[in-house]
Amino acid sequence: MTAPVTDTLMPFDDVLAAYDPALGLEVHVELNTASKMFCGCPAVFGGEPNAGVCPTCLGLPGAMPVVNGKAVESAIRIGLALNCDIAEWCRFARKNYFYPDMPKNFQTSQYDEPICFDGYMDVEVDGETVRVEIERAHMEEDTGKSLHVGGSTGRIHGADYSLVDYNRAGIPLIEIVTRPILGAGGRAPEVARAYVAQLRELIVALGVSEARMDQGNLRADVNLSLAPKGSGVLGTRTETKNVNSFRSVERAVRYEMQRHAAILSGGGSIRQETRHWHEDTAITTSGREKSDAEDYRYFPEPDLVPVAPSREWVDELRGTLPENPTVRRARLQAEWGFSDLEMRDTVGAGALGLVEETIAEGAAPQAARKWWLGELARRSNEDGVDIVDLPITPAQVARIQALVDDRTVNDKLARQVFEGVLAGEGSPDEVVASRGLAVVSDDGALGAAVDSAIAANPDVAGRIREGKVAAAGALIGVVMKEMRGQADAGRVRELILEKLA
Amino acid sequence: MTSIRSTAAELVQALADGSTTSVELTQLHLDRIAAVDTTADGRGVHAFLHVDGEGALAQAAESDVRRARGEVRGPLDGVPIAVKDVLTTRGLPTTCGSKILEGWIPPYDATVVARLRAAGLPILGKTNMDEFAMGSSTEHSAYGPTRNPWDLDRIPGGSGGGSAAAVAAFEAPLAIGTDTGGSIRQPGAVTGTVGVKPTYGGVSRYGLVALANSLDQAGPVTRTVLDAAMLHDLIGGHDPRDSTSIQQAWPSFTEAAKAGATGDMSGVKVGVITELAGEGWQAGVMARFQESVDLLVKAGAEVVEVSCPSFVHALAAYYLILPAEASSNLAKFDAMRYGLRVVPDGDPSAEEVMRATRDAGFGDEVKRRIILGTYALSSGYYDAYYGQAQKIRTLISRDFEAAFASVDVLVSPTAPTTAFKLGEKLDDPMAMYLNDLATIPANLAGVPGISVPNGLADEDGLPSGFQVLAPALADDRVYRVGAALEAMYAEQWGGPLLDRAPGLETE
Repeated sequence: MTAPVTDTLMPFDDVLAAYDPALGLEVHVELNTASKMFCGCPAVFGGEPNAGVCPTCLGLPGAMPVVNGKAVESAIRIGLALNCDIAEWCRFARKNYFYPDMPKNFQTSQYDEPICFDGYMDVEVDGETVRVEIERAHMEEDTGKSLHVGGSTGRIHGADYSLVDYNRAGIPLIEIVTRPILGAGGRAPEVARAYVAQLRELIVALGVSEARMDQGNLRADVNLSLAPKGSGVLGTRTETKNVNSFRSVERAVRYEMQRHAAILSGGGSIRQETRHWHEDTAITTSGREKSDAEDYRYFPEPDLVPVAPSREWVDELRGTLPENPTVRRARLQAEWGFSDLEMRDTVGAGALGLVEETIAEGAAPQAARKWWLGELARRSNEDGVDIVDLPITPAQVARIQALVDDRTVNDKLARQVFEGVLAGEGSPDEVVASRGLAVVSDDGALGAAVDSAIAANPDVAGRIREGKVAAAGALIGVVMKEMRGQADAGRVRELILEKLA
Repeated sequence: MTSIRSTAAELVQALADGSTTSVELTQLHLDRIAAVDTTADGRGVHAFLHVDGEGALAQAAESDVRRARGEVRGPLDGVPIAVKDVLTTRGLPTTCGSKILEGWIPPYDATVVARLRAAGLPILGKTNMDEFAMGSSTEHSAYGPTRNPWDLDRIPGGSGGGSAAAVAAFEAPLAIGTDTGGSIRQPGAVTGTVGVKPTYGGVSRYGLVALANSLDQAGPVTRTVLDAAMLHDLIGGHDPRDSTSIQQAWPSFTEAAKAGATGDMSGVKVGVITELAGEGWQAGVMARFQESVDLLVKAGAEVVEVSCPSFVHALAAYYLILPAEASSNLAKFDAMRYGLRVVPDGDPSAEEVMRATRDAGFGDEVKRRIILGTYALSSGYYDAYYGQAQKIRTLISRDFEAAFASVDVLVSPTAPTTAFKLGEKLDDPMAMYLNDLATIPANLAGVPGISVPNGLADEDGLPSGFQVLAPALADDRVYRVGAALEAMYAEQWGGPLLDRAPGLETE
């Protein structure tokens, strides 16, 4: 059951007056390699439970791991894209702790010898650049997934029994850890969001992960602490998990800042602990205490030889990197002819890649921007879903714009097409067909409607005959109403004027 | 005429010339197992935890069919073998001598086992061992100790006492053992048999239920050096499933053994390790060792004394590194997926089930080492224990490197004493650990070693063993020197040492 909510929150402006936030982000990226980190099983989560497993990822006695070369390649490419140094020699380590979804009761991870370290990412927040320093990016394996059956919350407490699906166990993960981000002040929530959103964009450009937060391909843990303003020290931090959207990253930072401040100002102290973000109620609750007593007894994994990527290979991989994000944004803005404000909004909405793909699918830049930042941004807000996680593809958006361009639908009908696609009714063309949204431009059908409109409104018709062409609007309205909005308004006007000439 | 006393090399010959069949000699060994392994008086050898008569005979029959068709898969096709219960066998129980794996039937074969099957060796069964290979006497098996065929009141060594006793009691011509700190060589010494620990990475560990991953190595357990070499040729070589397995072509160990058997040791420089002698070493064992050294000199070898000063710390380092790795390896036995599951009364949590299962399923020695290892890896103690131990390990490797810069092989007695009485050291872990004093350095450095029988100690008339160590990758040298010594002894004794073992009562 969810713990009763009694957190007191300090108003955000008051927090800023008294405290400096320190922010840290740990992002787990699930790689899209064909096979798992240490065995040949498919790296695909889902499907029949426990079908994609073997002795190694099930942790059967005697089984041994072998490092997935493709995962090492992806890790290095991520590191290079984040301006990291790449280790010449590094090892895996065992992180020992007991949990039923961990087959070996240790996680094979990297500890003090990460493959990538000392990098940075320049993040754009409201048109300004904030440099986020990357401490490390390391390789590890995912755990299985527990399903707690019974009870009211789906959590382990109160459950009747639990099921574990090990299909996910061993899927390669890259964990990217920032250094503490200091000096963000009141923009800390936006910086956190922008970092995760732009990191995702980079991951997508690298092609190393599906990078969907709602699917858990990209998971962000938010570390936050407060220190008295100007003190220059670091306070006790909390680590908030289960933050599954950009929007939640921002909200979780804001929430924790307000919660910490309320406790600290009341003379209390922060417990170093894991907290869980609750999407529905937009609060965090206490998870397990993460004290110094937690001892993972790391030691080098004796079943694996060190990973020693040659400098030649690293240089070769450097050549495969996508364009630098800052350069790319400047290039796209010039190509699309966006104003600074339009570009900032596009980046801020996390829609840069979406707009780019939509344009690549044939839509005009302004049209692509209009749909993503208008109709779709609105839907994303309403549904509390990140824009990238909306169930619509850039190709579909481009297709809808194409339907507008060839006058199959008008703007108003197009919105209904979006609604249908988002509701899972199929492709834009299928929605147009099934909802009967196509504009009628057939002269036969339109002619009959125009004739009856003229017959029913002799006065208006008379004025048009007298040359008061502006009066045609009233008749067009009648026809459109009759045709439930699906008439080609331009053709209707032509027909009216022809018939009353 | 083949018998249970025939060597594997003799059986290969008999199969080839048609004087026996695989079914015939597999049955012969199954009969022997039935006669001596479990007896009504409870004093059987108990080398086996599981005998697969039906499976072995079926594999033997297939081998005979292949032979009739001229489709023999290799020299050992049709020669039966016993496998230590620490290697996974598809369809056959694998317990590692522990209650926690009672009844577990692996869905896959260890690479070594797969290679045996592919080469046509019928698998007689799985041999007894100290629980998870922790011990030097096989008394820590959860299924009862194995007895030494030389004296049924004595230990057969450990952890691989089952494999050594099986070949010493003629229940199998060949066996597979594993050696983490001497578990192949020390049982070889105390049962008058041959045991080889290959270079680390020479034989795949895939499917070997790890005791200490950085030390474990599977190898041959036989009655002759040539048999060991043939078996090593078969099971060795690179395995893509084991990242630590060495990618290189190996010379034929069979050829090395044959070359050594000529008895010519001229040009071979032998180093006697100064540190592996002295207090605590049985006089009769030392006397036999000196005779062996003299024999090598007689055969033309140049013998010098070599000091390996860090070896005195080997035992201490070993008992930090091993428990550290083991404590982590053994975490997987948690009742969630396989093996024993003990469910406490009431409405227990998963954690409570894990705790109850591990409490009931692990023996005292296993628990002792889990506690030791957990402590050694704990934050705040890691550097002082695990870290220091790794430094000693480096020093030991350097001692070997320095020694091998001036000699071809190093020699020592394999074990400080002959077989002790069952129960004698069970309550004294330190005394038990000291059995592996001479064998542990090779595991810490990853170098190969062999133990060959070199006679009986005067005090008790029990076998002692002679250890030959070589640089990593130079396993051929241990076969060459081992075979030379064996040949000289055979001439001196007029036959193998095992001919002097008292007959088991049922014979």
